[in-house]
Amino acid sequence: MDMQVSFLDRLFDAGLLIETGVDGLYGRSGQFEDVIAAFERLIDKVGGADGAEAMRFPPGMNREFFETSGYMKSFPQLAGTVHSFCGSELDHMSLLKCMEVGDDWTKDQQATDIVLTPAACYPLYPTVARRGRLPKTGGLYELQSYCFRHEPSKDPARQQLFRMREYVCMGTEQHVTDFRQRWMDRGVEMMKSVGLDVTIDVANDPFFGRAGKMLANNQRDQNLKFELLIPITSTAKPTACMSFNYHQDAFGTKWGLYLEDGSTAHTACVGFGLERIALALFHTHGLDVKTWPENARAVLWG
Amino acid sequence: MNETIRELLTRVGGLPVAVSELEDGADLYAAGLSSFASVQLMLAIEEAFDIEFPDNLLNRKSFASISAIEETVSRILKAREAA
Repeated sequence: MDMQVSFLDRLFDAGLLIETGVDGLYGRSGQFEDVIAAFERLIDKVGGADGAEAMRFPPGMNREFFETSGYMKSFPQLAGTVHSFCGSELDHMSLLKCMEVGDDWTKDQQATDIVLTPAACYPLYPTVARRGRLPKTGGLYELQSYCFRHEPSKDPARQQLFRMREYVCMGTEQHVTDFRQRWMDRGVEMMKSVGLDVTIDVANDPFFGRAGKMLANNQRDQNLKFELLIPITSTAKPTACMSFNYHQDAFGTKWGLYLEDGSTAHTACVGFGLERIALALFHTHGLDVKTWPENARAVLWG
Repeated sequence: MNETIRELLTRVGGLPVAVSELEDGADLYAAGLSSFASVQLMLAIEEAFDIEFPDNLLNRKSFASISAIEETVSRILKAREAA
């Protein structure tokens, strides 16, 4: 924990992250954003020729889609819902009174149709499903979004609102697992090219509760999730900066994603944790980008 | 025990086939048991037999077939008797 707090304090002192008073909710400096922009250009360079269809969604998604996704079955503790005041003028008066005396004014807020996006690819599946069957070549999509996960922490690498860049592949089992393997190889090469020390390991999602323990064990037993790990605030427990997920036909079945021959599509996604990658670079090379190794600078800004 | 497991499987398994038609050794995942349904089955079994699965038995193998579930539950019950 101490290492996490001291790195966070150094980031604040250097002005790279901006304190807001809430753990895991930070502003970013122009310099911090420039590193993220440079890394995204690197991602474009590596993956650009694959011809993915780019889509951008805001960091909120249709609550109905969120409910269908089953997120609440697995990660109820991480979800963030958007609530608003929907009352009358009289209700407004009691709301103000409640705030004035310091009571809980949020308890009468009503759920809106919007839920904060938990992963950049969540709005994609229903969007693609609406289009009908996938073409013979399958589907490849590129996304980036701020994502929300309710897990307040002093670890700068565990933020509540952060950006995820993703590639999502839909097709046959072979097609999507090849895609995943290709990005595992590319991810290692990319991180090496900017001077980051990485390992890849089998992983599991943070499923909720004891039932979640079983889901996590199942995920590991079937090698469904791998993570690319880089030491940021701990060398013993390095941070996941990329993840490589094979969903089998779970999303295909859930959303009705079909291939041209009518079979259910398999899907896989590869995610870059953009803030985490920037933090790994700052942690490894120092808080002043001008002093970063020349070859890493050349790859990012050359 | 076999009967109770079959009853619970019928109730929470969500299988597209009749549980009565499944052999004890039949692969439940191949029969359509989803990972979420396997979790619900795990919780239902814990309640019915008043047991708690230790972490090392919370995996696909423990719930792969009716006989695998029987074996897992028996192991837990036996361990409890011995304790």
